[in-house]
Amino acid sequence: MAYEVNGITVETDEEGYIEDLSKWSKEVAEIMAKEDDCELTEEHWEIINFLREYYEEFQIAPAVRVLTKQIGKRLGPEKGNSKYLYELFPYGPAKQACRYAGLPKPTGCV
Amino acid sequence: MSKKEYEIPSVPACPEELYTPEVQPGASESVRSYPAAAQHQEPLGFPGEIPDDWQDRALTRMEELLTRSRSLRVYLESCVRCGACTDKCHYYLGTGDPKNMPVARQDLMRDIYRRHFTPAGRNFPSLVRGRELTREVMDEWFTYFHQCSQCRRCSVYCPYGIDTAEISMAAREILDAAGFGQKYVNEILCKVHKIGNNLGLPGPALEDTLEGLEEDLKDDTGQDIKIPLDAQGADILLVTPSADFFAEPHVDGLMGYAKVFHQAGLSWTLSSYASEAGNFGMFIGNYEQMKKVAERIRKAAIDLGVKRIVVGECGHAWRVAYSFWNTLAGIGHGADEKDEYARALQAQLDPNYPVPQHICELTYDLMQQGVLKFDPTANDHIGLTFHDSCNVARASRMGDMPGGQMEIPRALLRASVRNFHDMADTTIGDATFCCGGGGGLLTDELLDIRIKGALPRVTALRDVMEDKGITHMAAICAICKAQFTKVLPYYDLPMDTVVSLHQMVGNALRLDKGEI
Repeated sequence: MAYEVNGITVETDEEGYIEDLSKWSKEVAEIMAKEDDCELTEEHWEIINFLREYYEEFQIAPAVRVLTKQIGKRLGPEKGNSKYLYELFPYGPAKQACRYAGLPKPTGCV
Repeated sequence: MSKKEYEIPSVPACPEELYTPEVQPGASESVRSYPAAAQHQEPLGFPGEIPDDWQDRALTRMEELLTRSRSLRVYLESCVRCGACTDKCHYYLGTGDPKNMPVARQDLMRDIYRRHFTPAGRNFPSLVRGRELTREVMDEWFTYFHQCSQCRRCSVYCPYGIDTAEISMAAREILDAAGFGQKYVNEILCKVHKIGNNLGLPGPALEDTLEGLEEDLKDDTGQDIKIPLDAQGADILLVTPSADFFAEPHVDGLMGYAKVFHQAGLSWTLSSYASEAGNFGMFIGNYEQMKKVAERIRKAAIDLGVKRIVVGECGHAWRVAYSFWNTLAGIGHGADEKDEYARALQAQLDPNYPVPQHICELTYDLMQQGVLKFDPTANDHIGLTFHDSCNVARASRMGDMPGGQMEIPRALLRASVRNFHDMADTTIGDATFCCGGGGGLLTDELLDIRIKGALPRVTALRDVMEDKGITHMAAICAICKAQFTKVLPYYDLPMDTVVSLHQMVGNALRLDKGEI
């Protein structure tokens, strides 16, 4: 599978995760979300941007608890929980949000 | 991505009504794992592409396995087709696909055995029930040996004790040798070798995550409860599934272990080098991979100078640790006389404690000694049941009495929660049903059979929810926890129905020093 975005071919694996993380762009995230009938709002972007920052520093997506805590700090305590994240990303914050953010899929018993 | 709709089986009113389903040939033939790419095959020593001589490689490997493991040959020889196993597999009960009957799964290999490894089959193939090893057979193996979670429930009911899990592990080993690897497991094994855990969580990320959890523990309890990492000279090395650092409710279990260690005043540490208890080498039946993964733990134990090795809540890891670590890495007993690392470790570990020890055994011993006090009213908002993990229940032991692996976790839960009830007898203990995601099947492309395979457990769970006011189900396996979190919502049950055993312990544990 691949997306054509601004003249760049962005290849994905069988599950739709980007193969070459450097080819990610906001447009790719928007196209992916559209396919899932999901419109990316500012709230979605808060999370996607945090995932990318974290990945930049640690080369892995943050644990769910790290993510919820950070969102609570940034957007208010009422949003720092996985319920809020699942409302935004019904297929799972780790998997769906990571995919839009251009991060590899977390593997293992998760 | 997951727009796909899944067909959800209807849940019988009670476990007694889990009838054998109508046979539906081919019902799950299109549910297939993703194949491993070269980058996930070659580092493990498997062919990156399917080679021209794949058939020779497969048959050679099969011959090696038949020579090395007499049990495999016995299992292939001794089935009398009595049918006792047919309705014991959760994937058959959930899908109705006759190839998910354990006997049919075994026959996928048995037919090749008869054709290629018996004199009659070799010389007069038309006279025996056998099959030539063709590409079609390999494809069928790839599909249906990845619809077996190696839970061994069928073997409990087999009058000959034929172990389908062992056949399934051997089949995957043959598939790998011939270039037909499965992406999920092989990608993860590559990560363990490279980074130290199944998740691919590097040391600095682990350190950062643990610091965050220490803050949470402080907020929750007001106490400085530590989760030490790479603490040289600690008494205990805790090896736990990396999901315990990452996922929910796994993390709550990890915080529960930390509370136990803290309250008992034990010196302990995690290791960033051996930050994984899981050993997916077992799922693919590959001895060399199992050994390599187990040796990381031995190295960490030697380097850190610990006296004890304790294993966290992980089902298959406990089977590997309890049953295989001794011969794989000399942890406990076993290992070659000339294996200096094994000898060094055996001299280093304290013989007064089980080697290895399960975290439940450790907590239970402390409870028996009166070191830990519990206040179960802290869990009064919860009605709890317990899901026995297949590898713990059917392939290991805890404590020093038969059935300890069933009794010890329950003793801890009864001390922690007042409203505790077991599910139906036919679904617990050594008759436990797999969660539906074990044995290397915990991957999204297999979600269809994961949902269907959870049907027997969901049936038993719903029964106690309705009859006994049960609200939650504890597990002691990272796969079970992740699987239920994912599939229970398809049955209209909340994802947080499943909890970690040490989460319940952690809630109830009295962290004050006062008398009760």
